[in-house]
Amino acid sequence: MNLAFDIFTVSAVSAGALFFLAGTVGLLRFPDSLTRLHALTKVDNLGLGLVVLGLLPQANGLFSALKLVSIWLLVQLSGAIITQLIAGAVRLRGPHG
Amino acid sequence: MTISSVFNIGLVVLILGIGASTIAAREAFAAVIAFVVYGLLLAIAWVRLSAVDVALTEAAIGGGMTGMLMLGAVARLRFAKGNDSPASLPARLAAGVLCAVIAAGLATAILVPPEVIPTLAPAVMDNLAQSGLGNPVAGVLFVYRALDTLLEKVVLLLALLGVWSLAPDSVWGGIPGLRVYAQPDRTLTFLAQLLPPVGIVVAIYMCWVGAKEPGGAFQGGTILAAMWLLVMIAGLQSVPSISQPWLRLLLVIGPMIFLAIGLAGFVLASAFLAYPSGYAKALIVAIEFALTLSIGVALGMLAAGPPERVQQP
Repeated sequence: MNLAFDIFTVSAVSAGALFFLAGTVGLLRFPDSLTRLHALTKVDNLGLGLVVLGLLPQANGLFSALKLVSIWLLVQLSGAIITQLIAGAVRLRGPHG
Repeated sequence: MTISSVFNIGLVVLILGIGASTIAAREAFAAVIAFVVYGLLLAIAWVRLSAVDVALTEAAIGGGMTGMLMLGAVARLRFAKGNDSPASLPARLAAGVLCAVIAAGLATAILVPPEVIPTLAPAVMDNLAQSGLGNPVAGVLFVYRALDTLLEKVVLLLALLGVWSLAPDSVWGGIPGLRVYAQPDRTLTFLAQLLPPVGIVVAIYMCWVGAKEPGGAFQGGTILAAMWLLVMIAGLQSVPSISQPWLRLLLVIGPMIFLAIGLAGFVLASAFLAYPSGYAKALIVAIEFALTLSIGVALGMLAAGPPERVQQP
């Protein structure tokens, strides 16, 4: 059973890391602010989500697992809102304002 | 070479790189952003060194709060459009030399350590149980070095007085302006409605758990300050004028309770800042809660800056 949990953790965290890598490549390569933001939000939601999902079986009890999930939810919330605010500023004042 | 030392070396290289880019950045805004990233990376480094208390403080104060203060300073400079000419060459040289001296001193201390590194850590661990605390860092802060901790909080108030003193005489006692941070916006309002209940619970938890595990008044206070600032910046709550009696009471209540318990120590435990045996933990938790409140308000007002307008009657 432990081995199955470990395999699950390694594969889910690796998949999450892959999203982080893809997001970073997008951040560096995409042409303008809005598409770069798009790349970033994917990392927040899916990448961190997969990392947290992978760490759940390793969590020290239910309470720690809940803490992990709430970290993911808080990052989702702040990520979505910050992206919205930056995008709003870009639309209002242009990419360099 | 194990995978964890690969990670450590990568982290150190990243920290040095970000540190260099903080110095090399041509624009103040870019430098501050790099500084915030530097603080967060440093927090990860502290976690790697198993110093979770320091990591939390670094992330909250070093990255978060100091970053916010400096972003505010950059925005204020932009608004003021004063002379943004760079500092004179002698001043920059002096700053560079002083920084180099400090760096050299730190490097000597770390690269050429004494034969036997002096430590009081075993003594702390042997006597920690007497205080009833589980977190040795809280034990050192509130039992062995309580005077330092008390003075640290007083320094925070002095810093706030320094910021307030920047106000022109005509608006003394007035209301700080937060417009430099952001214009009220519907998305921001949404966040300011959603996040504070969660944040306040996390802040109280942080302060409460500090007696037993990593956490404490400074970390909790910073989260409290962040929530308060969020609500004020979003315009849901007006910024109080700095002459409000309740504001000033909240600012001093933490240090005052600390000092009162410290003075009571003369009578009850025969020394300044000593706790009567058996009551140490309860008293320390009481002090921590009061300090969390005071630190939260002080940091919030520090970020809000000097008063800019007088309250309309």
